[in-house]
Amino acid sequence: MTTHKPLEGIRVIDLCVVWAGPFATMLLGDLGAEVIKPENPFVFQPMTRGAMARPPQILLERSIAWSGGLPRNEVGPRPWNYNPTFVSLYRNKKSFTVDLRRPEGKDILRRLVAVSDVVYENNAVGTLEKLGITEEWLREANPRIILVRVPAYGLTGPYHNARALGVHLEAVMGHTLLRGYDDADPSANTAIYSGDYMAGAQGALAVMAALWYRERTGEGQTIEIAQAENAAAMFTQAIMDYSLNRNVQGAIGNRDVHGRAPCGVYPAKSPGTAATMDDRWIAIHIENDDQWQRLVEAMGSPAWALDPRFATNEGRAAHHREIDEGIAAWTREREDYDLMHQLQALGIAAAPVLEASRMFDDPHLRARDFFKTQTVRDAGTHEYVGPLWKFEKTPVEFYQPPVCFGEHNEYVYRELLKVSDEEYAALQAGGHIAEEYDPSVP
Amino acid sequence: MQALDDLRVLDLTHHIAGPYATRLLADLGADVIKIEKPGGDIARQLPPFKGGAPHPERSGLFFHLNCNKRSVVLDLREPAGKAALEALAKTAHVVVENFAPGTLDRLGVGLDFFRRINPALPVVSISNFGQTGPYRDYRLSELTLYGFAGEMYSMGLTEREPVKMAGTAALFESGAAASVAIMGALWAAKRFGIGQHVDVSLAETHFGGVDRRHATAIAYQFSGRKTIRAAGGGAGMPQGIYPCADGYVEFTNAALRPDRIDDMLGHPEWNQDPRFSDPVQRLDPAVIEEWNVYFLTWCLERTKREIWAEARRAKVLCGPLFSMEDLFEDDHFRDRGFWARADHPELGEVEFPGRPFIMGKGGWQLRRVAPLLGQHTEEVLREAGVDDATIGQVLAAGGAR
Repeated sequence: MTTHKPLEGIRVIDLCVVWAGPFATMLLGDLGAEVIKPENPFVFQPMTRGAMARPPQILLERSIAWSGGLPRNEVGPRPWNYNPTFVSLYRNKKSFTVDLRRPEGKDILRRLVAVSDVVYENNAVGTLEKLGITEEWLREANPRIILVRVPAYGLTGPYHNARALGVHLEAVMGHTLLRGYDDADPSANTAIYSGDYMAGAQGALAVMAALWYRERTGEGQTIEIAQAENAAAMFTQAIMDYSLNRNVQGAIGNRDVHGRAPCGVYPAKSPGTAATMDDRWIAIHIENDDQWQRLVEAMGSPAWALDPRFATNEGRAAHHREIDEGIAAWTREREDYDLMHQLQALGIAAAPVLEASRMFDDPHLRARDFFKTQTVRDAGTHEYVGPLWKFEKTPVEFYQPPVCFGEHNEYVYRELLKVSDEEYAALQAGGHIAEEYDPSVP
Repeated sequence: MQALDDLRVLDLTHHIAGPYATRLLADLGADVIKIEKPGGDIARQLPPFKGGAPHPERSGLFFHLNCNKRSVVLDLREPAGKAALEALAKTAHVVVENFAPGTLDRLGVGLDFFRRINPALPVVSISNFGQTGPYRDYRLSELTLYGFAGEMYSMGLTEREPVKMAGTAALFESGAAASVAIMGALWAAKRFGIGQHVDVSLAETHFGGVDRRHATAIAYQFSGRKTIRAAGGGAGMPQGIYPCADGYVEFTNAALRPDRIDDMLGHPEWNQDPRFSDPVQRLDPAVIEEWNVYFLTWCLERTKREIWAEARRAKVLCGPLFSMEDLFEDDHFRDRGFWARADHPELGEVEFPGRPFIMGKGGWQLRRVAPLLGQHTEEVLREAGVDDATIGQVLAAGGAR
């Protein structure tokens, strides 16, 4: 018996780039929607299938691993099919190719829109307009279509045309001044993209709400997710502190925004250094006096920890650095996982700060059967990170491995759009239908 | 009409991630019945407080997490509390809870309880590490969540400890992910009559999230490479965070468009050196340092807003580092009507972020501000047909707060 999927039969056109859009459509795909990505053999969208279609080997080596870590560290014949960031966002999706800049290509999109439910896009404002893909054009093709647009700052307002990735709009929403070490200037901050997570997840939510509305009324609609506005909720404490008290919060490092102390990241016994990415750390958060007493006992009740100043949260918060040094002296010679189990047995929130590769060795994730094995045509067979949730009766399956460029040309053109042999041949001759980028694309 | 105003959510969540998930549904019209224990959701005890002093009705955090919901205080240890919960479950379309795994079972109001009442009722459980596995009962906080399951390892300076995000950003992200799971469960129930349990592990919502952890793990599988912890400051041409006349600006030059940088700077001669536009040579630290001499000077002569205006004009990826004061005063968000205002009995007139997104039809509305503790106990129980005697017992038990 095949299991149902919550969104089976819903078709989503993914006109997305980079992270925020593709994350939303991946979640919809995980829930069973058929997600189809039109791609252009003549245009490479940077930061989607990699930095360049055909990056020089040295660019890979100098790029950060999540962008340049290709199989066997080789560019290979079709690097766009196995860029790690792309691969992390394109399971459970289909890909076909078409050049939307030409009328016959745009007509193919129109025909696809006519048999779809959702169009999702997060391009720079103006990109789709330039192609003539407007709300009106889409609605003419399909009056019931749900269009989701995810501009950085909105479709209106003074910043509507600002180019941004997550890191920029989070800077504007305050995140960059609110995070990072409390004793270093903000240039010590690493770039971050939590806003893409928020907008992606809420984009999936918005689509499902709009489908719910459509089910009740028969009406489609347009949704605008201004990523900056959407990200604001993540900084609720700082926003509300300013709103209620005109208090401007700043960076607090690893401290608890709610003031419970100690809260920090401490060195653990390490097989190597940060330079080889073998340094290890344990995160510990004490949330009340009772937990503090248990931590003190776990540490063997050293004299420094019995200082009466530390008996209350107020005292601990006031002398946090002193406490940090004491805890670090205890954690430094211990394994991070041992510390987690020891402290968790005492009811204390503690966990290793995992370097990503170590997740594959974690017994809990193994016990939950979290990882999934997938085979990507050009990349081979690997273990992949699992889904975000476990549904009892409609399980999230990885039914389509991260999709290769143009992998579903036959399906989309012939099965879905019923394109004739003659038209197919003409589109092929025109370069619309391909499984590789045109040689002119760098 | 709002998109979800035909839905009733029985909300047994507290703290941050769960309430944020249900807040998103409440914003779109769902009738979210927030069940609080006597004494209330722990978020009522968390800052910021209006005026600074702790008060269960003056937390800005609780306020923002719980607008558009109704509060019902039930003592689930008592028969009257259980009876009231049963009556509410009969009218609900979904149950959402985030107690430590096993807690509701021990109280006799776990999955079996809801299954008995209505086998088609979806139940979404949000927990630290999931309902199964060796860490099932482990504690979690913002810090350990981001450290264990998020991208914290690569955040910060190589020679220092990894550093987390601001506030409780990771918990909010998990809440957003949980809202998708709730809607997924509702769709499965609506279309196929499937009632089921959904297990949302906060840790897994981050392992599988978009902010690099997932891609970093795949890169390791592919290449054996790991991601080093390194600051983003001043990596060049321009990339990272730079000081300017009145603060800082963040740039990314990922689009490899030196022509746009020329346009932004208004000094094309600065970029004439062919090494500056060669995709490989431009990664050389010595080349970057030469380039930065020009760029830093340019930044330091301008304010963050002036720099951003030039960057916007030239289509360069850039964002000024705003403080909360900058943000609240900014015209763009005011012009767009982003900020909402409402009167709250304890907070007075409050200004706060409004819609999470704009739906053309049936979207966000502020129907009511965050509830006072137990504000709707009687009203909601009467609607659900709970008898007077039980209501009296519930109120008496909640009255002990």
